[in-house]
Amino acid sequence: MTARAKSRIPVTKTPKVYIGGAFVRSESARTFKISGADGAFFANIPQCTRKDLRNAVEAAAKAGPGWAKRSPYNRAQILYRLAEMIEARIDELIGSLVRFGARREDAARGMSVCVDRLIHYAGWADKYEQLLGSVNPVATRHFNFTVTEPMGVVGVIAPDSPPLLGLISMVAPVIASGNTVVALASEKFPYPSILLGEMLATSDLPGGVVNLLTGLRRELVPTFATHAHIRAIYASAGAEERRALRLGAAASVKRVRFADEAGAAWLEDTAQGLDAIRGFVEFKTTWHPIGS
Amino acid sequence: MTPRSPHAAHARLLDEIGAVDCVGVEERVAKYMTRSIKKASKVWGLRMAVSMTDLTTLEGKDTPGKIESLCRKALHPHDDPAVPPVAAVCVYPSMVRHAKRWVGGSRVRVASVATAFPSGQTHYRTRLAEVRGAVADGADEVDMVINRGAFLSGDFSRVQDEIAGVVEACGAAALKVILEVSELETYDSIRAASFLAMGALRPGDFIKTSTGKTSLNATLGSNQVMIEAIRDFYLDTAVPIGMKPAGGIRTAKQSLQYLIAVKETLGDAWLTPRRYRFGATSLLNDLLRQIERERTGAYQAPYSFSEAAESY
Repeated sequence: MTARAKSRIPVTKTPKVYIGGAFVRSESARTFKISGADGAFFANIPQCTRKDLRNAVEAAAKAGPGWAKRSPYNRAQILYRLAEMIEARIDELIGSLVRFGARREDAARGMSVCVDRLIHYAGWADKYEQLLGSVNPVATRHFNFTVTEPMGVVGVIAPDSPPLLGLISMVAPVIASGNTVVALASEKFPYPSILLGEMLATSDLPGGVVNLLTGLRRELVPTFATHAHIRAIYASAGAEERRALRLGAAASVKRVRFADEAGAAWLEDTAQGLDAIRGFVEFKTTWHPIGS
Repeated sequence: MTPRSPHAAHARLLDEIGAVDCVGVEERVAKYMTRSIKKASKVWGLRMAVSMTDLTTLEGKDTPGKIESLCRKALHPHDDPAVPPVAAVCVYPSMVRHAKRWVGGSRVRVASVATAFPSGQTHYRTRLAEVRGAVADGADEVDMVINRGAFLSGDFSRVQDEIAGVVEACGAAALKVILEVSELETYDSIRAASFLAMGALRPGDFIKTSTGKTSLNATLGSNQVMIEAIRDFYLDTAVPIGMKPAGGIRTAKQSLQYLIAVKETLGDAWLTPRRYRFGATSLLNDLLRQIERERTGAYQAPYSFSEAAESY
């Protein structure tokens, strides 16, 4: 028995990115190596290119109308279901954070916040409209309403620290209102986001609503900035990248929001709430004549 | 002696023209998808594809107004003056006169489907009358469907006689013969039907894959079988026949793969709208999107182009 166990060839996993509801390699076939905190080689991670980003945007755009048409209550249920999926595999996610150097207590705390944060935004999904929308007083005989609409495809650029909590905290408010997301996972710690993709696939989230890319920021940030089909960007970025994103966003007329949280601030309640949802909706005002 | 069974008829025809190596065709077309066309060659190919497009609307809900917007888009697809007009607009016979009003006198031709498109299941005299009506209204090109029932039952002379009759009814208008490859089932049948059609056609006429109204449309495989038939027919008879894949070609990338197939099978002489066309609606906007992507370096949103033809 022990002899057989010793001779068994190890079965290693090929990490793949989650695009349009499918697990794919980069179209370029490129990968980059990642190692655990102990320095031992762990896996080859897809090094996505601007073409992968383009494909992800197409997938997100295709999923958009269906996701936006779901009732807010249904979107809430699906976000809650995603929290359930993560809770069930929380030890695996904690393990993946510890493998790359996080302290176990920190990782465990971060993952509990991840689950709670998804439930927080699940709660908001059918409530934000009551707070963001309004009935406006006007001088003529009209009803005047302001309601929100999702923007469309939103690009998310996640921080390196904390890799997973940062990603989830940025994706959840964006999809809660019916947007779809193309997200770039942490460059240093991409593996937890690959696991997250596997959980997204088994939640009830329709394929294409969240697309997760892995790769090098310097290769992908410029395309996020200039791609005209991406309507807004939510980024955790350094000064240089912020400049590039602002310039590209100005040329392609898109909204940019930067996450100012760093490190432990992501754990706080201040890192969640209505404000992040408000950042990624458009306001539409309608005039309706009052009948005689 | 007349062959008794459809099987015997097909076997005799295939003896004459040679059967298709299915595995070979699939392997060949798989290679086309691996070609990498970049920068200037890509832009050239994209513009060529625009100039080869038969911008099509074949809906029960077509109105003269929709035809007008289709024609305006055909004449002037994009702001960029380097983008040429498309080859033709392709409409139902009742819309020919409306299309003619907008594109008459320009480089854009008016093509009309006829002969009880898409099934072809009506009396021969009715089909001929439809062709004559479309030509009288000003159609420069006619897209007919073959009699698939007659073809599948082995009645080849009837198929060919009907095509010859339509050629005559066309007069000066060019003819495109739709084989409807999805209903012919095998590559051998596609090759056989191509030869039957080409035997009745004039130089400058076309054979065409599909109506776009069935589940399976043009594929690189059926395109390959048909352009090889055109090549073999040309080498035998010196009559150059054009080709039009139609239905299911929606992306710029696909259209470049078809152009590669043409270049490598028929050569540069067929890389012209006079001998190669795309029957498509949504393809045009994707071509424009990729041309703009090459010009600006940034990926474009589909809604920054004038309304897509599929929404007409």
